[in-house]
Amino acid sequence: MILRRLSLTALLLAMTGTVVAGVLPEDRADVLYHLYDGGGVEIDGPSILVRKKIGKSVSVVGNYYVDMVSSASIDVITTASPYTEERKQWSLGMDYLRGNTTMRVNYVSSEESDYDAETVSFSVSQDMFGDLTTLTLGYALGDDLVRRSDDPSFERNLDKQIYSIGLTQVLTKNLISTLNFETITDEGYLNNPYRSVRYTDLGSALGYSFEPELYPNTRTSNALGLRARYYLPYRAAIEGEYRYFIDTWDIEGHTAALTYIHPWGDFTFTGKFRYHTQTGAHFYSDLFSRSEATNFRGRDKELSALQSYTFKLKAAYELLNDDGNDWGFIKKAKVTASVDLLHVDYDNFSDLTALAPIGDEPLYKLDADIFQIFFTFWY
Amino acid sequence: MLALLVLMGLSACGPIEPWVKPYERDKLADPIMALEGDAVSTSYIQHVYEAREGARGGEGAAGGGCGCN
Repeated sequence: MILRRLSLTALLLAMTGTVVAGVLPEDRADVLYHLYDGGGVEIDGPSILVRKKIGKSVSVVGNYYVDMVSSASIDVITTASPYTEERKQWSLGMDYLRGNTTMRVNYVSSEESDYDAETVSFSVSQDMFGDLTTLTLGYALGDDLVRRSDDPSFERNLDKQIYSIGLTQVLTKNLISTLNFETITDEGYLNNPYRSVRYTDLGSALGYSFEPELYPNTRTSNALGLRARYYLPYRAAIEGEYRYFIDTWDIEGHTAALTYIHPWGDFTFTGKFRYHTQTGAHFYSDLFSRSEATNFRGRDKELSALQSYTFKLKAAYELLNDDGNDWGFIKKAKVTASVDLLHVDYDNFSDLTALAPIGDEPLYKLDADIFQIFFTFWY
Repeated sequence: MLALLVLMGLSACGPIEPWVKPYERDKLADPIMALEGDAVSTSYIQHVYEAREGARGGEGAAGGGCGCN
């Protein structure tokens, strides 16, 4: 079960072009390799994106994405056995431009051995006020099927709906900003069918035992995000962003980031620092007082109160400029490499591998390195 | 629906004079000012964050959700 929450990775790809609604996105192809390595988990694979205009009003986009997982995470080694898994996702989308209005439809399908997900989405963007303002309204509907690899008869449904509204605004000749509000509702089976919670059990040698987690069947979240990018007096840009998040599980989060972008010859360098903090879900506990202590119970560390810190470095090199070339139909090309160093401090998730007395276990900390390298071709 | 009515209402307003003229937008058109320059990369990293944190959405588009243990 690689995918538990939203199976909507490719929606962002479909939303490309949100900033400039009255112009179709550029024809381009991206070939990306990604690698996540941290906390006993290694996930890598490709992502291939191709976008092409058809006539003057239509642009189509396709994406193929793979996660190949090898997991011996803290969850897995304390309650289960290491595993390998593969998730394949593909998506198809279309943009239709009419005047200052762009309409988009997109379909995403994700498959793995114990989780299938399908999502359809629709959005419309309108340029206004001399193309200084772009308003985007979006809706997506997801239909997931959750299974268990050790029980062929186990099947549960999960339905998702996403409502979004976004406003992109040119404020000055050096400053652009965007404001996004998104409501997501889930209804159905939200558990991870393999994960367990821990409860006090004086009859066991360790002083605790495990039992399956049990989540509410619904979740509604609201997120409000603001970003602003400013062109500095020399050729470089700085961006600030903030997001406020709250949901019906009592998770409240704040996320902030600062980015600096600096071109140098055929290179463009980017540095970014991101900080996220959140409260824990109301049914989360690191150690329940007894078996079935509460109606709902979970010990997913991502639902714990936590703080995460990410430092990113990215470099892009322009292989081919758009100034007459001999690469046939390819007009421009670049290669980009990046590394994200992620650190997470959990306020209420113990590291049980330390084998300390119950209640004295150290808190778990996660360090992960995230690598990306991709080639982009414009044609 | 309300948002759609607002959108239609705004469109029906009289023309608003753009305070940043088209010939003043050269810096905004620079690739370093593109808010979503590389969607294939941005969507991947959002996918990672949604897997590692409890929050989701509000970042310009729906993100992904790998719940990798």
